[in-house]
Order: sequence, then C-alpha cells, then structure tokens
Amino acid sequence: MSAIPKIRMRDLHKRFGAKPVLDGVSAEIAAGESFVIIGGSGSGKSVTIKCILGLLHPDSGSIEIDGIETVGLHGRARDELMRKFGMLFQGGALFDSLRVWENVAFGLIQGRRMEAAKARERALETLAQVGLGADVGALWPAELSGGMQKRVALARAIAARPEIIFFDEPTTGLDPIMADVINDLIVKCVKELGATAVSITHDMHSARKIGDRMAMIYGGKLIWVGRTAEIDTTDNPYVQQFVHGRADGPIRMEVRG
Amino acid sequence: MNFVAGVGRLFLAFLWHTGHLAIFTAAALSHSVRPPIFGRLIVRQLIEIGYFSLPVVGLTAIFTGMVLALQSHTGFAGFAAESAVATVVVLSMTRELGPVLAGLMVAGRIGAAMAAEIGTMRVTEQIDALVTLSTNPYKYLVAPRVIAAVVALPLLVIVDDAIGVFGGFLVSVYNLGYNPSTYINSSWDALKTVDVLSGLVKAATFGFIIALMGCYNGYNSRGGAQGVGQATTNAVVSASILILTFDYVLTALFFNR
Repeated sequence: MSAIPKIRMRDLHKRFGAKPVLDGVSAEIAAGESFVIIGGSGSGKSVTIKCILGLLHPDSGSIEIDGIETVGLHGRARDELMRKFGMLFQGGALFDSLRVWENVAFGLIQGRRMEAAKARERALETLAQVGLGADVGALWPAELSGGMQKRVALARAIAARPEIIFFDEPTTGLDPIMADVINDLIVKCVKELGATAVSITHDMHSARKIGDRMAMIYGGKLIWVGRTAEIDTTDNPYVQQFVHGRADGPIRMEVRG
Repeated sequence: MNFVAGVGRLFLAFLWHTGHLAIFTAAALSHSVRPPIFGRLIVRQLIEIGYFSLPVVGLTAIFTGMVLALQSHTGFAGFAAESAVATVVVLSMTRELGPVLAGLMVAGRIGAAMAAEIGTMRVTEQIDALVTLSTNPYKYLVAPRVIAAVVALPLLVIVDDAIGVFGGFLVSVYNLGYNPSTYINSSWDALKTVDVLSGLVKAATFGFIIALMGCYNGYNSRGGAQGVGQATTNAVVSASILILTFDYVLTALFFNR
C-alpha cells in the first residue's frame, strides 16, 4: 500500500433519528485496488459509499481522498472532487427522459462541458466497451432489459474515465449468467481504466470475482477486513455465517425496522 | 401532558418544514439567477407549462367570463346594466379571476407533474446520479422549472384575460342583447393599466409558487410510489393555498390604499 491511500475513512458515524447506522467505520483503500464491502440488508453498506460520495454527510469522522479531507467540502472544491467519481447505482438510475447515448454522455456534456458531438462519439465507444452496439444508443432506457440497463449504467459510470468507481449491488436483480457478464465487465473496465473500485454487495460470487480485498460490515462497524482469498479461511463467526448463508449464528436479522 | 407534547412536536415540525422550505427557496432563487442557465430545458418547460396549459386555461376563462356576465346582468338589472356588466367582467377577469383561476388550473396540471417527475427521480436515485455526474440538481431540475413558470404564467394570463372578456362579450351581446360597441367601449373605459399589471404580477408570483411547491415536494419525497403520491398531493394543496393567500396579500398591496 502506498503512503497516501486513495480513500481513507476514519471513525465514521451516522445515525438516522435514534438509529445508528454507521458506528465507527474505518478503512484504507489503496489506489488501483478493488475493495468490496459485504453485509446484510440495512447494515450500512449504501450509507458508507454515499458518505464517501458526499450524497450523505456523516455525523462525525473523516473521509480523505488522495490525502485531502472531503467532509464538509462544498462549492468548487466539491465539484472538482466529484469529477474523480463514477457510480453504478443498484437500480441503474438511468434518466428516463434521455436516450441511452445521452445518458452515457451526460457527465461529459454537463459535468465536463464537452461538445455534444464529441461526447456522443465517446458515449458510443463506451457502450461498445460494455458490449452494446451503436443502435442501442438511440433507444430509451425503458426499452432495455434489466441486464442491458445495468450495462448502460456501467457505461455511464466509466464514460468520464473516473479515478474511483463505486458499484452499488451491481448484480442484484439479474439472472446468474447476466450477473457474471456484469462481473466480468466490471473487472475488465476497472482494470482498463486503472481505477480504484469500491463495491457493496451481498452476492458472494460477485464479491469474490471483483474484489482484491473484502470487508464485512455489521452493526455499523467493519468487523472483518482481509484479502479475498482469506474470506473462506477466516474463523470470524459473523463472516462464516454470512458467507455460508446460515440462519443460525451470531447475526440476528432484524424482522422489524 | 401527552396533548402538550403532541402540540410541541407539531410546532417543532412546523418550524423544521418552514426552515427547510426557506433554505430550498433561497437555493432555487440563487441557482435561477446565476449561470450556467440551461436554455434548452427552460424552453422545454415553457412549452410544457405555457403552451400545453392553454386549452385548459382557455376553457376555464371563457366559461368564467360567460358566467360573470350572466350573474352580473341579474344583479345589475335596472342599474345601467350594460356598462356595469362590462366593467364587472373586465375588472374581475384582469384583477382576480384570470390570474387566480389560471394559477389554480396550472397548479393542478403542472405542480402535480413536477412533483411526480422529480419525486420519481428522487426515489429511483436519479437525483443522486445527477450529483455523481457533477451536475447540480437545483441548477438542472429546479431552476429551469422556476424560470419557465415565472415567465409562462403571465403570458398565459394575458391570453386568459382576453378569452374571459370575450366570453362575457359573447353572452352579453348574443344572449342578453347588449349593444356590442357600447359593451366594448365600457370595457375599455373601465380598464386601467394597474388592473392588468396587478394581474400579471400575481401571475408571476403564482408561477413561482407552483414551481417551488412542485419541486420542493418532489425533491423531498421518500419511500417509493406512496411517497411520490403524497408529494404530488402536497404540491397541489400547498400551491393552491399559497396562491389564495398571496392573492389577498398582493390585492391589498395594489388596491388597498
């Protein structure tokens, strides 16, 4: 790991009302690394990456990107920081009112003020990178299948060639074959860009495939961090229960919110 | 004791919402006057708010003018009804009914649509996606709607006034047997610049209220389809109440001297 990690979180706390969601999350992610956070539903995975992205503000704690504190950053400095990020949302979050190519080119035209013709060219190149032809670019998001929407969302996330890409449950809602296609695309695209990747998932197959390192979040804390290969050999009972999908164990699923 | 606590909670919630709305309003105003301005989006909204509202606003206006003529003819029978009816129709339409009825119709049509569209974008994470693509949602979603509504409503009200007065003219001449030139002269004599001007100022204010309530409720909607439905209802109800409140305030400012 280099001296300055790409992302450093220290003692992040976040609560919604009386409910603490993050209770001291700390981690360091190196440049070029693919870091996967696993954990059950409602364990705080999404909140963690939304805090890094600045979509949510942590109640306390520190988030550094390239050694620069980002909590409380706003205005031009926040705009500059956002240019380093790309994000693949769980449901795709494609803009219904724009065609596929416009979705992919959106960040280039609006965020980076690229000319529309040049941005369109880049959008079609990026669509090809995720296995979609130029004809798909002219369609509306509602005309695409779930798997194709995920590919378009992936193309949108990488079109501006970000330094850090976040993947929120990238394979949720897809059939196993399409899920594996998306996993392969994520690995390929992240490698080609040389980007740092932070993924959150509860799909262990996906986590093993795309992650260099993994962390498990439970009770608002990262209770285990290690190399991907170590996930099957750890004796941490929480990780064991989660990896093997057992109902019995130390993790008690909340049936009431 | 529980009753007092309930009242206290309601009061605190009221203060919270008022503060939240004030911050949203300040941000909406600030982004509406600062570049970059999304011209294409403003034109699209102008067409949606102005052009596509013409049929519903026009129909409302013509029947309102016709009813006004009939009702005031009954009331003024025997008191120089011919000039009195023309005066009542033209002043009621330009000062009050034109802007208020257009405002309420547009609140139902456009305020609801804005809240539903932005609310859906919120619950499907499209607004978060805008942020990750370096685009300010206030600038991209709120400002074009606010600018377009403030411009479109006065234009709509000019047409609305003309149609309403024409409706009164039709009934007065073809149903009540008034002399057409006397009716037109009486209308013209009764009308002052301030009557039209006050109506246009009201229309611009109502346009701002409609867009603000639509965007605010949509932007803060939570919890899926039910949340979006609630936001839509809140947008229309709050805009309608505020239109009637500000109608009184502006009338008092213009005419209560």
